[in-house]
Amino acid sequence: MSDSARRSRWFWLALALLAAAALLLPFLVKNYRVFQFNLVLVYAVAILGLNILTGYNGQISLGHGAFYAIGAYTAAILMERAGLPYWATWPLAGVVCFIFGFLMGFPALRLGGHYLAVATLALALAVPQLLKHKAIEAYTGGVQGIVLTKPEPPFTFRFLGQPFNADRWLYFVTLTVAVVMFALAWNLLRGRVGRALIAIRDHPIAAAAMGINLPVFKSTAFGVSAAFTGVAGALGASVIAFVSPDSFTVTLSIFLLVGMVVGGLATIPGALFGALFIQFVPNIADELSKSAPAAIYGVLLIALMYLMPTGVMGFVRTLWLRHGPGAARRPSAGVATTGVPAPPALTKET
Amino acid sequence: MSSKHWHQTLAGLAAAVICVGAAAQKKYDSGADDKEIKIGAIHPYSGPASAYGAIGKAIGAYFDKVNAEGGINGRKVKYIALDDGYNPAKTVEMARKLVEEDEALLVFNPLGTPPNTAIHKYMNQKKVPQLFVATGATKWGDPKNFPWTMGWQPNYQSEAKVFAAHILETKPNAKIAVLYQNDDYGKDYLKGFEDGLGDKAKTMIVSKITYEVTDPTVDSQIVTLKSSGADTFFNITTPKFAAQAIKKAAEVGWKPTHYLNSVSASVGSVMTPAGPENGIGIYTASYIKDPTDPQFQKGKDWDDYVAWFNKYNSSGNINDVNATYGYTVAQGLVQVLKQAGDNLTRENIMKQAASLDITLPRLLPGVNVKTGPDDFYPIEREQLARFDGKTWVLFGKVYGR
Amino acid sequence: MNAMEALLHQIFSGLANGCIYGSIALALVMIYQATHHLNFAQGEMATFSTFIAWALIQRGMPYWGAFALTFAISFAGGLLVQRLVLRPFERAPVLTNVNVFIGLLLIFNALSGWIFDHTVKAFPSPFPQESAMKTAFFSAHELGSFLVMLGVLLTLYGFFRFTPIGLAMRAAAQNPDSARLVGIRVSWMLAMGWGLAAGIGAVAGMMVAPVVFLDPNMMAGILLYGFAAALLGGVDNPWGAVAGGLIVGVLENLLGAYVIGTELKLTVALVLIVGTLTLMPSGLFGKHVVTRV
Repeated sequence: MSDSARRSRWFWLALALLAAAALLLPFLVKNYRVFQFNLVLVYAVAILGLNILTGYNGQISLGHGAFYAIGAYTAAILMERAGLPYWATWPLAGVVCFIFGFLMGFPALRLGGHYLAVATLALALAVPQLLKHKAIEAYTGGVQGIVLTKPEPPFTFRFLGQPFNADRWLYFVTLTVAVVMFALAWNLLRGRVGRALIAIRDHPIAAAAMGINLPVFKSTAFGVSAAFTGVAGALGASVIAFVSPDSFTVTLSIFLLVGMVVGGLATIPGALFGALFIQFVPNIADELSKSAPAAIYGVLLIALMYLMPTGVMGFVRTLWLRHGPGAARRPSAGVATTGVPAPPALTKET
Repeated sequence: MSSKHWHQTLAGLAAAVICVGAAAQKKYDSGADDKEIKIGAIHPYSGPASAYGAIGKAIGAYFDKVNAEGGINGRKVKYIALDDGYNPAKTVEMARKLVEEDEALLVFNPLGTPPNTAIHKYMNQKKVPQLFVATGATKWGDPKNFPWTMGWQPNYQSEAKVFAAHILETKPNAKIAVLYQNDDYGKDYLKGFEDGLGDKAKTMIVSKITYEVTDPTVDSQIVTLKSSGADTFFNITTPKFAAQAIKKAAEVGWKPTHYLNSVSASVGSVMTPAGPENGIGIYTASYIKDPTDPQFQKGKDWDDYVAWFNKYNSSGNINDVNATYGYTVAQGLVQVLKQAGDNLTRENIMKQAASLDITLPRLLPGVNVKTGPDDFYPIEREQLARFDGKTWVLFGKVYGR
Repeated sequence: MNAMEALLHQIFSGLANGCIYGSIALALVMIYQATHHLNFAQGEMATFSTFIAWALIQRGMPYWGAFALTFAISFAGGLLVQRLVLRPFERAPVLTNVNVFIGLLLIFNALSGWIFDHTVKAFPSPFPQESAMKTAFFSAHELGSFLVMLGVLLTLYGFFRFTPIGLAMRAAAQNPDSARLVGIRVSWMLAMGWGLAAGIGAVAGMMVAPVVFLDPNMMAGILLYGFAAALLGGVDNPWGAVAGGLIVGVLENLLGAYVIGTELKLTVALVLIVGTLTLMPSGLFGKHVVTRV
C-alpha cells in the first residue's frame, strides 16, 4: 500500500476516534467541564481565524481580540436590542467582522512585520475604548456591558446519567459550528487559495510575478480571518452570556497569539491544541501557586516552546516523520511529503 | 388514666419530642457538614487589578486564625480562593467551578463590577449566595430582584452624595472640576455626585474629564482642569493616579478645595508618596481604619490586628489597607456563620446576612454593619475627614442611615 | 491660567511624558538593533530593575550608588536571560520567540508583585524639587531625566560608532554569518545587546518612577506607547526612537486636551500613528530597507 493511502487510513481512524470522543464527552463529565470545553471550541475557531492570517499568510496580528470583541458585541446587540435568535447572529457577526477585517487589510498592505504587529496591537487597544464611548452607549451598554440570556435546549433527555441541559445543548451547537468552520478552512486552504496565501507569505515578489493579485488576496485574507474570529466571538457571547469592554482587553489578543504558536503555525488541528492550552493552563497555574500564578504560566509557556518550537502540531509531525510508517525509507527526516509545508520564512533572516 | 388517654399522651409526648428534635436538627446545603464549611472566593491575583489579590490573601489568613481558634460552632472553614484576573469570562468560569465542582456553600467577596455583573444572574438562578461583593456599585442592594446578592462597603453613589451635600453646605457657589476613571467605578461616583447636586449640577460642574487605567499619568488632565478656572476638585481616581493628581496639582500651583474618594484615601499609599504637604486640606470620607494613619495605630483592635498580621498574614504589607478590608469583611462573614448556627442552608445564610447589626474593630467608631430584609447595604455610614499633613482628622457628623 | 499658558503646559507635560516613552523606545530599539526582535518583556524587566533600586535605597544606599549598582545588576541580568533562556530559541521562528518574550513578561511582572507587593511606592528623584533647574513649565526632575536620556543616547552613539565592541555588535546583528567568519562571537554579542537593553530599561524605569509612582504594573501603559514611539521613529534608529517618543507624548496631550477629549485620545493617537506608518512604512527617520529578490 502506498504511503498516501496508509496515511489516509490512520488519518481517518484518528478522525473517527476524535469524533466519537467529541460526541460522548459532554455526557461523561459534569456541567462545569462542559462549559469549559465550550470555551475551548470557541477559542479554537478564533485561533483558526488568526492562523489563516498569520500562519498561512504571514501577516502578524496582535489585535485579533478586537475582531473577537466586535463579533461578540454584534451578537449581543442583535440578541438584546433587535431580538434575534442566537443562531442568526453568527453569520451576521461573520459578515460585520469580514468588513472590518477587510478594511484593516488596506493599511496592512503597506506595513510589514513588526510594524503591522504594532498597528494591530493599536487596534486591540482602541476597540475597548471605543466600546465604552458615550455615542454608542445606548447599544453597547457602555462600561456596564450587556447581560445575555443563555439559549435553552429545544428538547431534553438523559444519557449516561446526565441530563441534556443548556450547557450540553450549547456544546453541540458550538461543536457543529466549529466543525463547519474547520471544514471551511480546510477546504479553503488546501486549494489554490491556500497555495496563493502561502506563496505570498514566503515569496511575495515571486507570487506577484506569477500573477497572484497581492492586494486582493492579502486584504481578503484579513477579512476572512477576522470573520472566523468574529463568529467565535459571537459563539463566546452566548456561552458566557455577558459582554463588557473589560472582557476584551489586550490580554485576549496576546493569548490568541500564544495559543496559535503553541498549537502550531499554519496547521488546522493546531488551533484545537492552542485553545486547550490557553483555556486550561492558567487554571493549572492557579492551582500550583496563588502568589504568582502568572509566573507559573510564563514558565510553562517557555518550557513548552523549548520542547516544541514549532508548536504541538510541528512536534507531532516531527515524530510522525521520524517514527511513523515509511520513516526508514525516507531520504532525510523533516522532509514533508504531503500536506502543507511548515512555514520556513517566519524566521529571523528577513 | 384510661388506656386510651395513656396512648394519646404518649403520642403527644412523642410528637413533641420529634418536633423539638427536628428544630435542633442540623440542616445543610452542599458545602457544609458537621466538620467543615466550604467558602469559595474569587479575586484578581493576576492581571491589571492584581493589587486587590491582597484582599483574598487576607481573608484566607483570617480564616486560618479562626480555624486555629476552634472554628465556627465547631466547624472549620475550608477556604477555596480562585483567580479571575479581573476578566468577566474567567469569573463566570470560576463561579461555576465553585458552585458545580467544589460545591461551596457560598461565593464570597467577588471583586469588581464587571466580574460580578457577569455572574449576577447565574448566582441567583442557582440560588447560591453571592455574598458581600467587593465593589461599591449601587446595584448590589436589590433584594427584590436579586435576593441572593448582597454588597458590603458604602456604595459609591451615597459617598459622592456626602461630598455634594458638604459642598452645597459650605461653598454653594463653587466651580467644580471632576476627574474620573473611565469605567463603571468612575461613572458610578459621578452619577451620585451629580444626583447629589441636583439641579445645580449643570451650573456648578464646569469641567469633567476622564482617564484610562492604561494612561501613564494624569498630568495633562490636571492641566486642563486647572485652566477651566475651577476652585473645587472632585478626585475620582485609584491610588496611583490619585497620588499623581495631588502631586501635579501642587506642581502647577492649583489649590482647589479638594475632595478625594475613599478608594484612594490611604496615608501610606497615596498621601505620603504625593508629598504630605501637598495633601493638606484635602477632604475624604472614611468608613475603615487606615493602617498607616497614626491615630488608628493604637488600642486593642490595633494590637489584635498586628498580632494577626504577623502570625497569619506575614507575606503581606502591613501598610496595605486592602489587608484591613479583607480582615474586616471576613469578620463579617464569620458573624453571619455564627448566627446561622447549625442551620447551614444557603437560604438561612442569606437570612442571617440580612439580619446583621454589629460593629467591627477596624471600622471607624460610629460606623456599623446593619442589614434588614429590605436593606442589603451592610455598611452605609461614613464620616468626613480632612488631611492635616500626617493623618485624616475626622470631623462633623457621621453620614448615612 | 490663560489659554496660552495652558497650551504651553500641555506641550511641556507632553514632552515630559514623551521622554518617558522615548526612553523605553530606546531600550526597545537597542534590542532590535542587536537581535532583530522586539522585546515584549522590556517594560516588566525595567519595572523589576526599578524595584531593585528601590530596595537598595530603602536599605540606605545613596541614590547614585543604587543607580549604578542597579544598572550593573540589570546588565548582568539581561545577559543571563539571553544566555539561559533565549539562546535555545536563536534559530527558532520569530513568533516562537515572541511567545518566549510573553512568557518572560508574565514571569517578571508576577515576580515584581510577589517579592515587592502591590502597594504604590514613591521613588526618589535625584533632581531636587527646589533647584536652579526648575522652571514654571516643567519640574527639575523632568528636565533632569531629559538630560539623562540625552546622555544615554550620546553614550550609545559613541559606543556603537567608535568602540571595537560596538562595531562587533553591529556586525553581528547585520550579518551574523560574515561576522562569525571574521571571528566575532555572535552569541556573546547578542547577550551583550540584551544586557545593554536591560540596563537602559533600568535607567528608564528609575527616571519614570518618580513621576508615575512605582508598582508592578507601572510600565503596562507606557510599553504600548513605547512601541508606537519606536516604530514611528524608525525601529532601527535610536535618535528616531527618542524623537518618536516626544512626538507621541505631545500628540497625545494635545489631542486629549483640545481635539477629541480624553475618552478617545488613545484611539485617535494610535490611528494617527498607524496612518503615518502607512504613508512612511519605515517610520519617520528609519532607513528604507531594500531587499534583493
